[in-house]
Amino acid sequence: MSELDEKTENGSVESAGKGGTEEKKAKDNSGLGLGVIFFLVAFVVVFLSGWLLFPKLLYSEKEQPFNFNHDLHVYEMGSCEACHFLREDGSFSGIPDLYSCTQCHYEEPMGMTEDEKIFCEEYVAKGKEVPWLVYSKQPDNVFFSHAAHTEGAGMECKTCHGSIGQSKELPTYEENRLTGYSRDIWGDNIWGIDKNSRDSMKMDDCAECHEEETGSKGACFQCHK
Amino acid sequence: MKVDRRCFLGLGLGAVAGAVVSPPGMKLTDDLAIWTQNWPWTPVPKDGKVTYEQTTCSLCKGNCGLSVRKVGGRPVHISGQEGHPVNNGGACLHGISGLQYLYGLTRINAPLKKNGETFEEISWKEAVSHVADKLNAMRENGKAEKIACITGKERGSIPELFKRFMKAYGSPHYYSMPDMNTTWRTVAEKMHGENADIGFDLENATHILSFGSGLVEGWGSPVHNFRVNAQRKDKGVKLVQVEPRLSNTAASADRWIPAIAGSEADLALSMCSVIMKEKLYDSSYLVSYDTGFSAFSGLVTTGYAPEKMESKTGVAASEIKTLAREFAGAGRPLAIAGKGRGDTAGDLTEFAAVHALNCLVGNINAKGGVRLNASPDYLKFPEMKLDAVAEKGAEKAPEKSIDALMRKISGTGQSPVQALLMQDANIAYTMHDTDRVKQALKKVPFKISFSSFMDETAKLADIILPSPTFLERYEDLPSDASMSRQVVGLAVPVQKPVKNSMNPGDAVIRIAKAMKSGVSENFPWKKYEDCLESVTGKLWDPLSDKGYAVISEKKPRKTVSADLSFFSVNKGKRPEAAGDRTEYPMMLVPYDNMRITSSEVTVSPFAVKTVSDEEIKGKESFVQVNPETARKIGVSRGDKVKITTPAGSAAVRIDLFEGVMPGLIGMPKGLGHTTDNPYVAGKGVNTNQLISVSIDPNTGQDAAFGINAKISRV
Repeated sequence: MSELDEKTENGSVESAGKGGTEEKKAKDNSGLGLGVIFFLVAFVVVFLSGWLLFPKLLYSEKEQPFNFNHDLHVYEMGSCEACHFLREDGSFSGIPDLYSCTQCHYEEPMGMTEDEKIFCEEYVAKGKEVPWLVYSKQPDNVFFSHAAHTEGAGMECKTCHGSIGQSKELPTYEENRLTGYSRDIWGDNIWGIDKNSRDSMKMDDCAECHEEETGSKGACFQCHK
Repeated sequence: MKVDRRCFLGLGLGAVAGAVVSPPGMKLTDDLAIWTQNWPWTPVPKDGKVTYEQTTCSLCKGNCGLSVRKVGGRPVHISGQEGHPVNNGGACLHGISGLQYLYGLTRINAPLKKNGETFEEISWKEAVSHVADKLNAMRENGKAEKIACITGKERGSIPELFKRFMKAYGSPHYYSMPDMNTTWRTVAEKMHGENADIGFDLENATHILSFGSGLVEGWGSPVHNFRVNAQRKDKGVKLVQVEPRLSNTAASADRWIPAIAGSEADLALSMCSVIMKEKLYDSSYLVSYDTGFSAFSGLVTTGYAPEKMESKTGVAASEIKTLAREFAGAGRPLAIAGKGRGDTAGDLTEFAAVHALNCLVGNINAKGGVRLNASPDYLKFPEMKLDAVAEKGAEKAPEKSIDALMRKISGTGQSPVQALLMQDANIAYTMHDTDRVKQALKKVPFKISFSSFMDETAKLADIILPSPTFLERYEDLPSDASMSRQVVGLAVPVQKPVKNSMNPGDAVIRIAKAMKSGVSENFPWKKYEDCLESVTGKLWDPLSDKGYAVISEKKPRKTVSADLSFFSVNKGKRPEAAGDRTEYPMMLVPYDNMRITSSEVTVSPFAVKTVSDEEIKGKESFVQVNPETARKIGVSRGDKVKITTPAGSAAVRIDLFEGVMPGLIGMPKGLGHTTDNPYVAGKGVNTNQLISVSIDPNTGQDAAFGINAKISRV
């Protein structure tokens, strides 16, 4: 008897007996139940990992060289523009450089904080620029004019930068391990769902606001020159 | 319960379902896309503090004020300087591509010495002592007159230092590259008896009659004249362009008068005859100051009547009369000459004839007219102490022109020039009859180039002392003499030299100091910056503060005498286009295009990209012929043909253009470079190699504007 015949014969024997069929069904159902459990376990593990573990893995937390109290500086200087101003040619001064800071902070600290002591000893005394981690840093191929937004469209700083001006401590800088950009660009929400206009600053966010305000998403060359 | 394949299936499906409703998939896709844009080898300019520095461009003789934007100390962008008296915020495409020169592919890294067919790098100390030793030996052996020097510019402290070096050394052979201002100065001397520059108050003229001057092709001070042309339209100023080809200037003019190439002088004198005959001249001006008036009147009214000039100029007699009446009747008329960019000397008779029109309407030193500006003398060099060798050299006269010098070198026997210094001058590309110039250069045993780039001339040099580009060096730069206001600009280093180069001013001072007594004591400065500060004297403060100084604010003299006897004296002495008309029935006329440089500065890769496909496509350049001419010689658009002239031949393609007069071949200048920069070299043909030198007997300068030529199919 060939192997094929044997299989056929066995098969016909199995299919001929009723008890054999019931036993098979029970076996099948138990397999399905276990399959569902496996499904649910895998689903829950992956789902929770995606939501809870993945962001921890994706972003590395970095500390600024020392803390900076915006609230105190705004109180002392009067406004955001005292340090972050538009130059005569319309370009934006950005984060003040060491020279600007030393217009007030000489080698001796003005106050009592540990942070100012670090600043004076490590940077002012050594003439070294502070390597701030910039939450709003955009890719190099993006041209952004602060003047067009604050002067032209009359927008307030906090529309995009939030209430950083009232903060006493700098938030932890979360750097995307893959892209190297700050988490603030994508947004706190891992899905990229924004509660406020300032939550994320990607191209779609620019286009969305432009469409709302001007009726058009704008042309490529407006930002990519 | 048994773990079977369904369990694994459930596990897989569960994982997939979990992944679908959790963020990693979408987020990672997005991040990966961004990651791919940030490869470590992707060049990203360094970020830093944004600053601006003002400097002066020296890519052409316009010398515009520039504003250089720097990020973290690195220049990243160039634009025109607002409020500058030359360009007031404007800039041309060559100026804004200055950074491509700074980091150019053919920049020379360090001093080079020729060793056989190749160059080897040497130190500055070796280079300077090598040059000084050679020159010392020549001077001691009584060969002081056997060295020659050619500078690209005529004015400024750097050319002056070279001139001073030659004088102290004892050679009369110092030359600077001629241009239209050379000829205009001869006009001032012959017709006004003055050693002066001729400037044109184009801003205030109400009727500009241009004899081929390309106001938007880069004539005079290019950006300044772009603005004049742009404002002209708002002010209702009329521009009449006389030119055998519809240039961009002709296209933007109110009227284009196609006149036969080379007949501009005849047309101008014919217009003078109409003005004389109909007494349209400014009698108050002429009666008081002109000499030779009646002789001139007789000459033009009999010899240059419009009817007689019809066939010679290709312009109808009635048209000539209208042109003359409109010109003389305009409020503030102004006639200008200097073909295209005006970067060749040109024909003195043509310039004088055009100037005669200005004299007849009495616009000399008047608002909107011609201005005679005393040659700028802001540089105060200390008195020279000449030894016996130098005194002997000073008594000798140089050749009449660089072309005359080249002819002597290429003559039979040993070259009369045994050492040649070349600064800012790419003569193996820019001079007519280029192959002959190259042959002549090969006969000079010791050639010193101060070029920043390995250009056609530097390739032939024996030693190269590389200069920094205008963005890396100090230099005082007087504006083009054709401007009515004289402005001096200061180029300052906005970037530390990116190569091991040295300011040519410093190089010549160091060579002089390494020379023996007789030369060295005439160079008391430690470095060029000290020299510049000292010789500019009172001007140094405004120059270093503002970056420029206006040096001709004084009101011009009202009374200027004019002598029109030039034409009676020089009648018939004209340069002629080379080639027999029966063998070469057509005329090749190279034309300027603002998008391509044709001077010692090779065009930048960016600027080459802006040239139209109808002028250059791939490696082939096109010539423009009239469709009527094309029919006669049996060629059509796109055909590959050979152009032959008495100077040489070249393969080109045909482009049909009704804006070229029949019988003419229009060919763009500035192409056909043979450097090692693949982005600009090997494209098209250098027109200079097809043009023979045509000496103007009145000046001794090359006045060729074209050449007789023929076209044959290949």
